[in-house]
Amino acid sequence: MKRSLYRLLMEAAAVLAVLIIFGIPMLFVITNAGKTSTEAARSTIGLSETPQYWSNITEVLKAANYMLPRAFYNSTLITVLSILLLIGAASMAGFILARRSGRPISVINFFVMAGLMLPPSIVPTIWVLRLLGLYKTIHGIVFIEAALNFPFAALLYRGYMGAIPKELDEASFVDGCTGLQLFFKVIFPLLKPISVTVAILSSINIFNDFVNPLYFLPGAKNATVQLTLYNFISMYFSQWNLLFADILLISIPPLIFFILFNKKIVSGMVAGAVKG
Amino acid sequence: MTKSMTKMYSFWFFLPAGLLYIIFFLVPTFLSFFFSLTIWTLTDWHFTGLDNFRIFLTEPSLSIGFKNSLLYATGTSLLKIIVGFLLAAFLTMKLKTRGFLRSMIFFPNILSPIAVGYIFSSLMHPSKGVINTFLGFIGISGPDWLGDPGMALFSVILVDFWKGVGVAMVILIAGIQAIPAQYYEAVKIDGGNPLHRLRFITLPLSRSSINSVIMLAFIGGIRTFELIWVMTKGGPGFTTDLIASIIYKQFQGGFYGIATAGNVILLIVVSAIAMPMYKLLTRKEIDV
Repeated sequence: MKRSLYRLLMEAAAVLAVLIIFGIPMLFVITNAGKTSTEAARSTIGLSETPQYWSNITEVLKAANYMLPRAFYNSTLITVLSILLLIGAASMAGFILARRSGRPISVINFFVMAGLMLPPSIVPTIWVLRLLGLYKTIHGIVFIEAALNFPFAALLYRGYMGAIPKELDEASFVDGCTGLQLFFKVIFPLLKPISVTVAILSSINIFNDFVNPLYFLPGAKNATVQLTLYNFISMYFSQWNLLFADILLISIPPLIFFILFNKKIVSGMVAGAVKG
Repeated sequence: MTKSMTKMYSFWFFLPAGLLYIIFFLVPTFLSFFFSLTIWTLTDWHFTGLDNFRIFLTEPSLSIGFKNSLLYATGTSLLKIIVGFLLAAFLTMKLKTRGFLRSMIFFPNILSPIAVGYIFSSLMHPSKGVINTFLGFIGISGPDWLGDPGMALFSVILVDFWKGVGVAMVILIAGIQAIPAQYYEAVKIDGGNPLHRLRFITLPLSRSSINSVIMLAFIGGIRTFELIWVMTKGGPGFTTDLIASIIYKQFQGGFYGIATAGNVILLIVVSAIAMPMYKLLTRKEIDV
């Protein structure tokens, strides 16, 4: 009895601590996004006396000639295109990495593992992009995001292939399938769960990416959502309410993903970390 | 039969990924070794030997990045592994609010780093910020988190820890849950207390996930850029500059050769740490 009371108290203390440490920063964003600029300047946690979410949000959306709606469009386009490319390329690579062995495969594995850890080289990448006429273009950043997310995705696919029995390949072979038919008609549909995981994790990654657009997609016209936050800071510096409204808006897409796919996000990250 | 079956696993399947990865990752990486040895304007270059590296490692405003990045990586990974492990051990117990607590702690990880940076810049304001207001209530006069040169790097490390401890926690939870229950029962039969269980079963048997967390956190820490750039821009002075923020500053200044030398240094540091760690990690797993 005494022991269970002790446990209950400990749990209550944990809940309180977590609410303070992790809840307050989020609450702070939510309440401040609805304040007037003078209220927000006081930077307290409390709710505004006259919440004005709508006018703050419309002001942020209209700012700099509707930069944020354009940025949402750009970020969504970049995210969707790079994920399609990533899933196509990484699933095929993961299929072969799992099914073949030998010297060439260990060399390829080594390079994939290296890509998981090594930082990309910034200026030489710009040099390559310029050479191909892709610098400061949406296409360019799509290729970059797909390439940089490739090692993690390939690893997840390779790991998941272990759960797909080789007997299926044999049966397809006996039925006269070619490699392409085997992959697209049999294997790829079975990879769907891990494709979903790759899509979710990478889309959060790419949507939240700041460094790559900063280097490879500069210029206000092509701004991504993370860059608008960065570009607006000088404009908003005395208007924290608008900055927080912007933060609130750009955090909604990942938040929706988190609510819908919490389990998949966690299991995907664990699988990637443990196998990497 | 098997011989002709390998034909189905054609190397052509690597073509799309190979092109993408070679052109946009491997080629720039190999080029960086060359261009780091030059004065470079993107259209023109001339060779200067190891000058860029010498500048990067001896110029005090640049070499501080090297020291700070190591400090940052060590600090964040230590915090994440210690607190992450305790959280994981606690949140694998039978608790009513277990799911809620896990989600709350994991949640900051899906926020964008620059949003987190701006939120904490405001919370850490020396006079008006929520943190110091709260500390004032309980009679502590809080520090100037981001303005004090001795404090600023540590403050950003704390924010990085806040954002990333959830990932460490979920990886360790998975590791702990994979430990067979018999081991715990054995300790119970031998009369061990919960602390014994933690020390002699949980800790040693989740070793491989502990290694993964350390490696991820360390490499992430040494490469990090966003939080520092948003919260301090390397300041006050150069006191919180990291390798990655110096690369960006040199890039902005048009010193592409020096920026690339910084990249090569980062690459060497990461490989020097990651390769032995990776070998150690894979060997340990074979033992078990």
